[in-house]
Amino acid sequence: MQNTTIAYDSKVEGEIIVTQADAVINWIRKHSVWPMPMGLACCAIELMAAGGARFDISRFGMEVMRFSPRQADCMIVAGTVTYKMAEVVRRIYDQMAEPKWVVAMGACASTGGMYRSYATLQGVDQIIPVDVYVSGCPPRPEALLDAMIKLQDKIGTERSVNNLFPKKADSKEVAGATKGS
Amino acid sequence: MTISDLALLKERFETLTERESSDHVALNCVSSQLIEVCTALRDDFGYDMLVDVTGIDWDAQSPRFTGIYHFFSTTKHEYLRVAADCTDDINPALPSLTGLYASANWHERETYDLMGIRYQGHPNLTRILMWDAYPYHPLRKDFPLAGIEVPLPAADVAEVTGMSVKPAPMVGGPFVSSADGPMSQTEPRARDESWNEKKIKPHGK
Repeated sequence: MQNTTIAYDSKVEGEIIVTQADAVINWIRKHSVWPMPMGLACCAIELMAAGGARFDISRFGMEVMRFSPRQADCMIVAGTVTYKMAEVVRRIYDQMAEPKWVVAMGACASTGGMYRSYATLQGVDQIIPVDVYVSGCPPRPEALLDAMIKLQDKIGTERSVNNLFPKKADSKEVAGATKGS
Repeated sequence: MTISDLALLKERFETLTERESSDHVALNCVSSQLIEVCTALRDDFGYDMLVDVTGIDWDAQSPRFTGIYHFFSTTKHEYLRVAADCTDDINPALPSLTGLYASANWHERETYDLMGIRYQGHPNLTRILMWDAYPYHPLRKDFPLAGIEVPLPAADVAEVTGMSVKPAPMVGGPFVSSADGPMSQTEPRARDESWNEKKIKPHGK
């Protein structure tokens, strides 16, 4: 939490901390990201390495990889998305509960990468809104960790209280729409 | 395959001819005799393993499609290639080997999917890589590598995202060679701008 969003002086306020609802909600959310590992190709190996002891994604509070979309709030698309798989990726994204974020890990998920062919979706952002892109083929685990920290920063800037009560018109979200705007 | 075995096989099937090959023994087989020949290969000549089923599209020639089979003998440790031309250029078809070799099942589905050769007698001749409603056979010579625009397999996802299967861009981008000089300088890896202990960081970045 940033110092500008918290005012605390133990001598004056005792056990009371004064802050903003947005700051508290975002602070909770950014330190308990539950990723959904959408491992589709070799990037998934680096994703697994990021979860292992050497790189240890749990240092940043996001080690609880959930293979059920109902329990996850951040989809890490790690690998080549084919047109046949695009449907599955979109459906799993739809099944994730709000709020949810997407990290496009590696060249393939971001742009189609080296697969310029009839079978490959040229970037997963064509079917789901992406929050953070990671370059690399595949990216190093450090690059993924950096992306996840960038995602935490992004979560920290969201207008969470407003988003708690979505307007009717906004309920049908389309691909490419950015969150918190 | 030993010379005596080859002579024996050719004696039994007079239509068999030797096929030009740079590695293993290869034979041309008439498609109507394919089952008989393969049964003999499996039962009498020890080719007990079907390693690969694929096909060739000869484009403008006729016969246009050739089915290719690679066999392996686990007792003699030898490979054998059998090729069978499809008689029909428009609706190519071959007899299915699923009754002889279990491995033919998925291989024939793949060849059907990508080349459009129909295997008669196959228990489940559906696409294996592309989705069921896909209208083309992508490894045919008349199919562009970039692809052809078709609707996404799922109508509801297509409606929500406004996406369709689009031809992929074939030029530009970091993964394509600019092809305007020697390969050592134009291949993507030559444009690597990363830095490490031995290579200094590019100025101003």
